[in-house]
Amino acid sequence: MTSTQTPAAPRSERPGPGPESAPPRAKKKRAYKAPADRGANRLFRWAATGAGAFILVVLAAVAVFLIVKAWPAISMPTDELAAQVSALHGSSLLAYIGPLVFGTVLAAALALLFATPVAMGIALFTSHYAPRRIASALGYVVDLLAAIPSVVYGLWGATVLVNVVKPLWLWLNTHLSWIPFFGGEASPTGRVVLSVAIVLAVMILPIITAVSREVFLQAPRLHEEAALALGATRWEMIRMAVLPFARSGVISAAMLGLGRALGETMAVVMILSPGATYSFLLLVAGKHNTIAANIASQFPEANPIGVSTLIATGLALFVITLAVNMAARAIVARRKDFSGAN
Amino acid sequence: MSQRIDVKDLNIFYGDFKAVADVQIAVEPRSVTAFIGPSGCGKSTFLRTLNRMHEVIPGAYVEGTVAMDGVDLYAADVDPVAVRRQVGMVFQRPNPFPTMSIAENVLAGVRLNNKRISKGDAQDLVEQSLQGANLWNEVKDRLDRPGSGLSGGQQQRLCIARAIAVKPQVLLMDEPCSALDPISTLAIEDLIAELKSQYTIVIVTHNMQQAARVSDRTAFFNLAGVGQAGRLVEVDDTATIFSAPHEQATEDYISGRFG
Repeated sequence: MTSTQTPAAPRSERPGPGPESAPPRAKKKRAYKAPADRGANRLFRWAATGAGAFILVVLAAVAVFLIVKAWPAISMPTDELAAQVSALHGSSLLAYIGPLVFGTVLAAALALLFATPVAMGIALFTSHYAPRRIASALGYVVDLLAAIPSVVYGLWGATVLVNVVKPLWLWLNTHLSWIPFFGGEASPTGRVVLSVAIVLAVMILPIITAVSREVFLQAPRLHEEAALALGATRWEMIRMAVLPFARSGVISAAMLGLGRALGETMAVVMILSPGATYSFLLLVAGKHNTIAANIASQFPEANPIGVSTLIATGLALFVITLAVNMAARAIVARRKDFSGAN
Repeated sequence: MSQRIDVKDLNIFYGDFKAVADVQIAVEPRSVTAFIGPSGCGKSTFLRTLNRMHEVIPGAYVEGTVAMDGVDLYAADVDPVAVRRQVGMVFQRPNPFPTMSIAENVLAGVRLNNKRISKGDAQDLVEQSLQGANLWNEVKDRLDRPGSGLSGGQQQRLCIARAIAVKPQVLLMDEPCSALDPISTLAIEDLIAELKSQYTIVIVTHNMQQAARVSDRTAFFNLAGVGQAGRLVEVDDTATIFSAPHEQATEDYISGRFG
């Protein structure tokens, strides 16, 4: 549901002048006759327009599907719904969706918090520090991370990572429990939302890195040299000429990663010990769950109205993703004058 | 605020390729020295060795010495970043930082040297530098607007303001007017004449009339053929170069027989 936005790449509003603008100069009589490939030009225009319209149709179809299928659960009176869907435990639909939304956003936001600085570091290293051969090798490795199926990440997280981080989480819980996030009774298994966030961070690292790297490489040589000629060190040059230029691109990259983290299912199901509360205690098990993971685990045993309830949670996820993207675009657009695109 | 530059036996390389060979030149303080010559003769490459910008390109290096008031810029203990803070540079295409306001652009170099500058000092410096670059009256009402919103000639003068804000010893200009219209070019040339009283200025230009108008001394660079190293053919007072050059190649070039 996320969409890319290449920064500072001027997009032409209409198809270019094309072949019409080059008058054939062979014979004067035929000088203004339409060139032969006029038809191909028209065909291409319609094909491109069709492709553009198609994506809107798909998006609308998904939205319609979610609303129609979720409607039975949304429109049903609370008591009746609670009687038919055991997962609600007697509460209303909103009370059911709320903690799931909270858990989803919490896990994804933490993942983004961990992944973005690391991804920017890798991207800057490959674009501005590493020798070319090392940079391209590193690029391949990062791309490989993206090719690993999420179920494998889940297996790794559930069997390896939780054991590695367990002592660390217990240490945080013992020594830093005055920080609200690390308080409560830490889980002895490590199957908590903080572990999930780390796996999600690893999963979204490649996309953020790859997009950021491309954006950093596009930073104009002219401005980099301007900074260097003023006596900037490499890091100062990056701060003056590269990062400001890449700002909107990095935000786009982070949003792409956030979109993936919000929707990630298998890794969460396999690692997290689920619960349904609004809790910021990151080290306590049985407190959080995400929408996608909840759908995956509940769906096999759900009755028709239960499925409708789950689809209603899916609708909530759809709305969150849409809102995240719109917010990202608003951030990008806010300082358009200073973007360097003008 | 201005210093003498002595270049001895300078050879400039891009990897294995020797781009410029055996340059000997002395640049006097508080004067304008122009480099002229056909495309590819190495005048811009040479200019970029005077503030160690040449070595920004991977594989690029030099042999020989460039001494500024007796100190070799290429000595082992000299930091290229420190050199660039003493030697300002203006590029062929205006390149104000698009993400910064006009005022921030002027202060960009100062902020590198000295992070803590009081607000009043900063304002004074912005005004003084923009006055120095003959831009103040045009932009004083919109100092917080992006520098990229100015015209090309204004942007180039903003870049000059940015370069002189750090009070460099030397100001290098790499074809500063080649992307500008005649009116803006005139503004920059007038500015060069004013700046000469305070700075040592070295300017690369494709425009021989410009060299004749703005410079005190002119150096003519040439290359024997494609793939060969460029050389400094002769350097002399501008009047002499354009009236009675010693070398036949210089005479041919300034009279428009090639290049």
